Amino acid sequence: MKKDIIIVGVGGQGILLTSKILGCLALKMGDDVKVSEVHGMSQRGGSVITHVRIGENVASPLVTPGEADLVIAFEWLEALRAEFYLKPDGAVIANTRRMLPMPVIMGKAEYPERQITGRPVYALDAQKIAEDCGSVRAVNIVLLGVMSTLTDWPQEAFEEAIAMSVKPATLETNLKAFRAGRQAGRS
Amino acid sequence: MKKLMLGNEAIARGAYEAGVRFVSSYPGTPSTEITEFCSAYPELQCEWAPNEKVAVETAFGASMAGARSMSCMKHVGLNVAADPLYTAAYTGVNGGLVLFVADDPFMHSSQNEQDTRMIARAAHVPVLEPADSQECKDFTRKAFELSEKYDTPFILRLTTRLAHQRSPVETADRIDAPVKPYEKNVMKYVMMPGMARKRHVFVEEREARMERDAASLGLNRVEMRGTSLGVVCAGVVYQFVREALPEASILKLGLSYPLDRQAVRDFAARVDKLVVIEELEGILEQEIAAMGIPVEGKKYTGRQGELSVQRIREAFGGEKAPQEPALPARPPVLCPGCPHRATFHVLKKLRLHVFGDIGCYTLCALPPVDSLESALCMGASIGMAVGAEKAQGRDFARHSVAVLGDSTFVHSGITGLVNAVYDRSNITVVILDNRITGMTGHQQNPATGFDIYNQPAPQLNLERLCESIGAHVVVQNPMEMDKLEAVIKEELSRDGVSVVIARYPCALLDKRRHAAARVLGCRNCGACMRLGCPAIERTDKGVVINAALCNGCGLCVGICAFGAITCGGDQQ
Repeated sequence: MKKDIIIVGVGGQGILLTSKILGCLALKMGDDVKVSEVHGMSQRGGSVITHVRIGENVASPLVTPGEADLVIAFEWLEALRAEFYLKPDGAVIANTRRMLPMPVIMGKAEYPERQITGRPVYALDAQKIAEDCGSVRAVNIVLLGVMSTLTDWPQEAFEEAIAMSVKPATLETNLKAFRAGRQAGRS
Repeated sequence: MKKLMLGNEAIARGAYEAGVRFVSSYPGTPSTEITEFCSAYPELQCEWAPNEKVAVETAFGASMAGARSMSCMKHVGLNVAADPLYTAAYTGVNGGLVLFVADDPFMHSSQNEQDTRMIARAAHVPVLEPADSQECKDFTRKAFELSEKYDTPFILRLTTRLAHQRSPVETADRIDAPVKPYEKNVMKYVMMPGMARKRHVFVEEREARMERDAASLGLNRVEMRGTSLGVVCAGVVYQFVREALPEASILKLGLSYPLDRQAVRDFAARVDKLVVIEELEGILEQEIAAMGIPVEGKKYTGRQGELSVQRIREAFGGEKAPQEPALPARPPVLCPGCPHRATFHVLKKLRLHVFGDIGCYTLCALPPVDSLESALCMGASIGMAVGAEKAQGRDFARHSVAVLGDSTFVHSGITGLVNAVYDRSNITVVILDNRITGMTGHQQNPATGFDIYNQPAPQLNLERLCESIGAHVVVQNPMEMDKLEAVIKEELSRDGVSVVIARYPCALLDKRRHAAARVLGCRNCGACMRLGCPAIERTDKGVVINAALCNGCGLCVGICAFGAITCGGDQQ
């Protein structure tokens, strides 16, 4: 499977874990893969972006703007910010919940009231779904569940990858969140 | 089976496989995880040193005494360690010695864009540049082997996009590299002029020998494709070039210094046009130009920022890639519950000039807390405050403070404080003692009382240290903002050097969940907005607390003049 994926959100939302799960999964499914992350200063509540590149022979660890197959956004403004990475028919999976950035909190800028059109968009209140599954922190796994419906990788492979990546105590909640996300992606 | 590894993780694996025994480092993005991953291998003895100079000196000592040893740092850390490095290049090694240095093009988390390859050349230390995680591991093994073979420390140079990318790695077993005997050898290890002159001759011979051997080391390779364009590149840039210019032939340098000039001559003869594509300085381009070979490079890429597939494509006439849209920025902010927020709120209220330093609190240069006025390098805040008093006088010093974190103070602030006292300055220093090295992701330091394995360690007593230097010392909890304000006012008016230790643990250290603050009867005056807390949002009807973000620290409770915010009670 060749797929260029951009994952965006706000520092602290569990983005690194998501890209790590996807990377391990791709490798397990026999693909070459590169994942590019952001650590350090940018994680203090700032915009965070990770690149996941899956293919036969991946060179650059970064996705080229205009060529991504998929943007997974944990926050709506970050979805808008990352849209330029997508190829014309590239899809967006986005949590519709807003997290206001400091310039908006301070009244120096306005949160953009904009929809994404002209491409496949899976917009959902992933936070609500995660809360219903028992953990507000499982937003990332809900979105991974939606993403899983856009690939031909089997559900079991995803669930095994999740089991290998999360703390055993949270596995049940995370699997629940993953399946709820899958359900949402199908509907 | 292959494993997906972070570049930094693959280096740790390479160190394990290479038989490394000792690692001494100071954390710095994007190099930090190397040492953390090393500490997971029981065979590797790891430590956080107070700074990079001490780290390299300690690793050098272990190398001299026969053990394969290493030290990891970010690019600016190598400046601090430059002193031992330059002379270690003369003495050479006993057990292999490798420095892992991570550059940060585009300055994702740094204060400048300096190029480690420049320092390596100035010090005459050879440089390896891997291009993915597999090479991170393989080159690490190779570096230790070559360090011993050529009797020189090595630098393995990384960049952010290599250190923080994950790609597949095939692992191997640890080799047996026993500790070599320590032998007294003053001609090699005592660099007095008479000995150093002889070693300098050796350094030049060694470099020439490495260049002659370069082809046989298996680190550089030529990939012939079309002959119209030939590209010389190294590191992660190689990956960008492969994708951006699929028709171009490539000379990929794994050993980027010393440059295998014969390989360059041969490659140049096989292509119509020769170009160097390199991030930051045009070092390889200049070296090749100096050989009299027509070459281009920086005219395409410039010196700034990081390269990418689209930047290289566009530079060579390719289609322009879409640009990021103009949207409200989301700059990083201090976490909810961060004790620095309290300290900086007080400093701003007192309208002080704040000479700042390197840490999370550097963010306090940004609105709405915007009170930090300078950030130069580790520990510089104290020197800057002393110098400012020299220029502007005693009254100016009454309206200014130097502010730095506990780890930064131990790293490079102590000597500045010694100078301030010795120099009869009248400055006030605020040490933001949050009991951890915060910005790099929670590493222990000598003042925390724990080591890299989170085991109890002898704890540096900051107040006694500062007192013994001759400063007047006050310890104050910054979350009690009124008291902190009174303390700082008093210390500003005091003659001589004062140190206020603002002691309260990093918000991320406290794993308990506190109940979020609640708002009732908000008059919408906006006073609490000045805290710059991401959990406080303003609406037309007054402020609301984002309960998902609030950590219940209670700072806003004290700020509200109308008592509209309440806080209290713990929950699991």
